Amino acid sequence: MTSRDRHIGDVVLKVENISLAFGGVKALTDVTFDVREHEVRAIIGPNGAGKSSMLNVINGVYTPQVGRITFRGADGKQLSFDHMSPRRAAEMGIARTFQSLALFKGMSVLDNIMTGRNLRMKSNILLQAVRIGPALAEELEHRAFVEQIIDFLEIQAYRKTPVGRLPYGLQKRVDLGRALAMQPTLLLLDEPMAGMNVEEKEDMCRFILDVNDEFGTTIVLIEHDMGVVMDISDRVVVLDYGKKIGDGTPDEVRSNQAVIDAYLGVEH
Amino acid sequence: MAQAQASLPETFPRLLLYHAQWRDKHPALREKDLGIWQTWTWSQVADEVRKLAAGLHVQGFRRGDHVAIIGENRPRMYFAMMAAQSLGGVPVPMYQDAIAAEMVYVFHNAEIGYAIVENQEQVDKMLEVREQHPALKHIYYDDPRGLRHYTQEGLLPYEQLVKLGEGLLQVQPKFVDEEIEKGSPDDTAALFYTSGTTGKPKGVVQTHRSLIDRARACTEMEKLTVYEDVLAYLPLAWIGQNIFSYAQALVTGYTVNCPESPSTVTNDLREIGPTYYFAPPRVFEGLLTQVMIRMEDAGRLKQKMFHYFMDVAKRVGADILDGKPVPFGDRLLYRIGDLLVYGPLRNVLGMSRIKVAYTAGEAIGPDLFSFYRSIGINLKQLYGSTETAVFVCIQQNGRVKPDTVGPPIAGVELKIKDNGEILLKSPGLLKEYYKNPEATAEVLDSEGWYHTGDAGFLDADGDLKIIDRANDVGKLADGTLFAPKYIENKLKFFPFIKEAVAFGHGREQATAFINIDFEAVGNWAERRGLPYAGYIDLAGKPEVLDLIAECVEKVNADLATDDKLANSQIHRFLILHKELDPDDDELTRTRKVRRRFVQDKYSVLVDAMYTGKQEQFIETQVKFEDGRTGKISATLKIRDAKVFAPMAKAA
Repeated sequence: MTSRDRHIGDVVLKVENISLAFGGVKALTDVTFDVREHEVRAIIGPNGAGKSSMLNVINGVYTPQVGRITFRGADGKQLSFDHMSPRRAAEMGIARTFQSLALFKGMSVLDNIMTGRNLRMKSNILLQAVRIGPALAEELEHRAFVEQIIDFLEIQAYRKTPVGRLPYGLQKRVDLGRALAMQPTLLLLDEPMAGMNVEEKEDMCRFILDVNDEFGTTIVLIEHDMGVVMDISDRVVVLDYGKKIGDGTPDEVRSNQAVIDAYLGVEH
Repeated sequence: MAQAQASLPETFPRLLLYHAQWRDKHPALREKDLGIWQTWTWSQVADEVRKLAAGLHVQGFRRGDHVAIIGENRPRMYFAMMAAQSLGGVPVPMYQDAIAAEMVYVFHNAEIGYAIVENQEQVDKMLEVREQHPALKHIYYDDPRGLRHYTQEGLLPYEQLVKLGEGLLQVQPKFVDEEIEKGSPDDTAALFYTSGTTGKPKGVVQTHRSLIDRARACTEMEKLTVYEDVLAYLPLAWIGQNIFSYAQALVTGYTVNCPESPSTVTNDLREIGPTYYFAPPRVFEGLLTQVMIRMEDAGRLKQKMFHYFMDVAKRVGADILDGKPVPFGDRLLYRIGDLLVYGPLRNVLGMSRIKVAYTAGEAIGPDLFSFYRSIGINLKQLYGSTETAVFVCIQQNGRVKPDTVGPPIAGVELKIKDNGEILLKSPGLLKEYYKNPEATAEVLDSEGWYHTGDAGFLDADGDLKIIDRANDVGKLADGTLFAPKYIENKLKFFPFIKEAVAFGHGREQATAFINIDFEAVGNWAERRGLPYAGYIDLAGKPEVLDLIAECVEKVNADLATDDKLANSQIHRFLILHKELDPDDDELTRTRKVRRRFVQDKYSVLVDAMYTGKQEQFIETQVKFEDGRTGKISATLKIRDAKVFAPMAKAA
């Protein structure tokens, strides 16, 4: 119903000729693709195709043996690396969520999301510990921002609940909230809808589209649910055995023979 | 006193201006936003309403026009109602969880051309409605999230509407105040569509005069002041919520608090600590279930203490609240209990400051009712409906009996027809059903009596006792009385049972469908290490059937002591594989069982219970929240329940 006439801009992230191997296992072979500003870009492929490895290369967890990554940071500067480091990725505005949740289970929803603001806190750790002067003012400012995220993700009811006590679908939402707290320009989502029921998936889809709409955040996501992928993404990269076998709009990918053979299967 | 009353404003917009003038700094509305309670004073509300009304005028909204109001309890939804009334227009609040297809009828019937709605979800529905009802030209929305790229004609954010109004007010600053002056108390104040347990919804026309009169009658009786706090968390489309958080708030001038989101209500309740509270029985039931579940998880000592003092409360709590004589020893025990159990419990429930709490909409189980009263919460029943602007009967402080709804309050005249139906006259009666003279004639006779459709009688103290819907009261094949609601309420008092539907009219025996409470039974199963995959699976477990059978048998034992109802004991029952749901038309939007519909829809199951089958396969269509449909099927086991020989209660 919506006309999603978002202004998809220039290329913000380019990965060129990435090859990654663990010993003899080739996770990625000569993969090249780009991500444009404000778009929702999906990476799909069968299990073991190298999707998560690709995300890990982008945010610097893995170092590829061959290839370059070019990223245009929040300041508009184009920077080229042969490998990224997680810290630098975060500083440049790349945030991610995890396939297997990596939240602090014993901490409240609020505190978990606050940790996402960590990089932006300027006052020193001693002042923060006693909450005085500039540290207090800063904390209030961050708290206000986090409250907006809580409102955005509709998790007000769980503000003070320890994350470990929440159902899985909500934990995923908190994970997204923490990533959003960084105010990223590029958001990497690793299977944001895995293990969710239909209703939770619909909610998550709406949140992803809303993030993309409201904040203009560029999104790269890995997802197995083809319905979801085809619905919400602007362009799709298809990987199989670490190689790129397709790239284009959902419609193009859907009719690509190589993709059908490898992944989508034959329509009956 | 009559003089003082005469000087008080007689329409809602004038009441608003009155409060803005005399208590401009007093909080009128609060809403929790981004974790902080934000306050609107009466003068701020009046200013906002002026702008909004002016904006609506610029958009072509005129005297007598109808505007749909759809959303959660947000201050802006309240402003919208006030703004429409300021222009002499009529707000039509609708249930925010209704699907578009259900709304279309109301839009047609009330010829609605304007809608002020909360968010994208509602805008989507409005656009869907518009396909079948093109007259809906203007749609305004509060929350712009997700709507950035909507380009449909006539779609405007709330802020822009206010801007338009500001423009007009700069040229004609007195415009809205003049419009308010033109209004008359006999204008229609609002249209409330009753969900109706049968047939199409009917639009109840209520005037400013009728709503204000009833609101005032209650305020005077309970001596409510501007310092009351209420929490508005039920749908505005329900007259119960509307009269408490809108009509009565404007009449009395007290503060209405809007929760942060529907899921935070329990928390917000605790933070606000309302002094005046209103909820249908199912809410009290839900709260009690939560308490009981948590109590079962508590340590042994706490459990012991809880049960000991609850017994004390059960014995003397209600009498203490009613100011009746109670032995000193018990009084002392109750005091200790208050310190250790009741006080903390009231606090957890968010009811520490309650001056008066009402329950209405449905009969409340006597045990449930007594529970709240015994821990010192002044919970009272009232009787009324959309057609009567709620207040007809209210239980009086100091003489509350669990099984009555109290005497008629000021202004109400009441009589009982031969067949037991309650008839009444009151200043709060509906003017008519909108564009439905036949239906109006059915309930309002030529002498001005309103036919409630409820069966009941006045007891020796002049208190009204409701038995059931006049149409629902039936007879078993042997001619003895069968009051299904009465039995269902008894069943529903068990925390494990969420909903029940009893059958028996014209039959040899009574039987029942049961809906388990997923949360309570789920918790029970977990503590027993009983694995289950979901609702259907849990509902079909033999252990769960045993559990429910115990509940049914307790009810039977209780019924056996009642000489009139001993024959209505439940002989067989089954647990339904799905929750009864308003989306599937099984419940009304106010969650009353549509008995006949359920009976027809599940006729296979009813037949199976009466033909002695042990199990029955059933496939049911279900509607999801987004309007799509799906199918679920299950084979349901039918259980026999133990019945007891009738025995008259020992006197």
